Amino acid sequence: MKPAPFAYLRPSTLDEALTALAGEQGAKVLAGGQSLVPLLSMRLAAPAMLIDINALPDLGSVQVDESGVRIGALARHAEVLASSEAAEVQPLLAMALSHVAHPTIRNRGTTVGSIVHADAAAEMPMVLRLLEGSVDVASVRGRRTIPAAELFAGPLESTLAHDELAVGAFFPALAAGAGVGFQEIARRHGDYALVGVAAHVQLDGDAVASARIGFVSVSDVPVVVDVTDAVQDTAGDPAAAALAELDPADDIHATAAYRAHLVKVLVPKVLAAATDHARERARQRMDS
Amino acid sequence: MTSQTEELHDVRLHVNGTVHEVRVPARRLLSDALRHDLGLTGTHVGCEHGVCGACTILVDGSPMRACLMFAVSAVDAEITTVEGLTESDGSAQGRLSPVQQGFSDCHGLQCGFCTPGFLTTITAGLRDNPDPTEEEAREMIAGNLCRCTGYQNIVKSVLRAAEIERERGESA
Repeated sequence: MKPAPFAYLRPSTLDEALTALAGEQGAKVLAGGQSLVPLLSMRLAAPAMLIDINALPDLGSVQVDESGVRIGALARHAEVLASSEAAEVQPLLAMALSHVAHPTIRNRGTTVGSIVHADAAAEMPMVLRLLEGSVDVASVRGRRTIPAAELFAGPLESTLAHDELAVGAFFPALAAGAGVGFQEIARRHGDYALVGVAAHVQLDGDAVASARIGFVSVSDVPVVVDVTDAVQDTAGDPAAAALAELDPADDIHATAAYRAHLVKVLVPKVLAAATDHARERARQRMDS
Repeated sequence: MTSQTEELHDVRLHVNGTVHEVRVPARRLLSDALRHDLGLTGTHVGCEHGVCGACTILVDGSPMRACLMFAVSAVDAEITTVEGLTESDGSAQGRLSPVQQGFSDCHGLQCGFCTPGFLTTITAGLRDNPDPTEEEAREMIAGNLCRCTGYQNIVKSVLRAAEIERERGESA
């Protein structure tokens, strides 16, 4: 298993990278490569050119302020996970990142790269959607910010144009009165999830004002379902409401029926955890 | 593009404290560059898509999959392979590192194919967590596959390696 030949560029400035990207329709960007290199080795992809952005300056940062966490395109998953400031401002980041592959992969793989790889079996694209974050992209034509809701076009397909490079991602801070939870089922911790579930619950006083759930591995594209109505209705069934929007499929790891079963098991647990988390944070605010 | 016309890149690799100059096509995996171009065959290649962990090396001290990197992309990095783990003690062959000694003491390998990836992974793991619980030792090696041992003796080897590291620290 060896990749097909490709031309290789290792630019030292962003402008150089963007010019090269604009000039070659068949170019792909190489950052961590933890998803791209297997695709190349298995010859599921054979780009004409790889533009290696690992030597670009100023893209490796994890910046945290009260508005949220801004992650540069070269920040490795491990670096984001190691930031206690990031975990404080947006706790779902650390909850989900500890499930992203194994530590060895997290040492090389980048969070922004994982997001624009747009795999519905990956945690971080879904997390960005659930938190209503965004991706900053640059091209020779200029810069723009793509909201997560407009980022995913199809299986493994983002809405970036071929000449656009993702330079960073922004995860908003967790608001006061909000809580999050995350749980996934995999054969081994670090393997692709059979099903992963994240919840974001916003309280108003002690009542649930909004409840949204993000799913891993039960759809073609990273998906978030608003289950507020089902949560507010005492006779409602949030898992059933979510399943109506999902499309679990059979593969060698699990049947569609088993995935649907896991959704029913995980949704109530993760919703409860997110609601508890929101109440706990509200209590801490009152104490401090 | 045929192999005759494929562009070659001059790459300077820093491996186990030595600088190597190689001329490789861009698609040369780092695992293949180490084995074929440098002759460092201690790094083993199993699945070649990042799952098995046999090719794990240390890049600037952090474990990474050599099969998921290109040699051309490793130019600025300090690489440690399993050959670089042995400690110097003045003798010609050096002495086994605590992790290597732990595997020897606890029968942590059978066929040995996966072992280089375990040794590098655990070397970095014990640096970050010098006194792991059994649970943490298991988590440390969860990204590496072994088809012989059933992992029990590898977990013991991790704990033994931590012990040896402490013993050597005390006697030093």
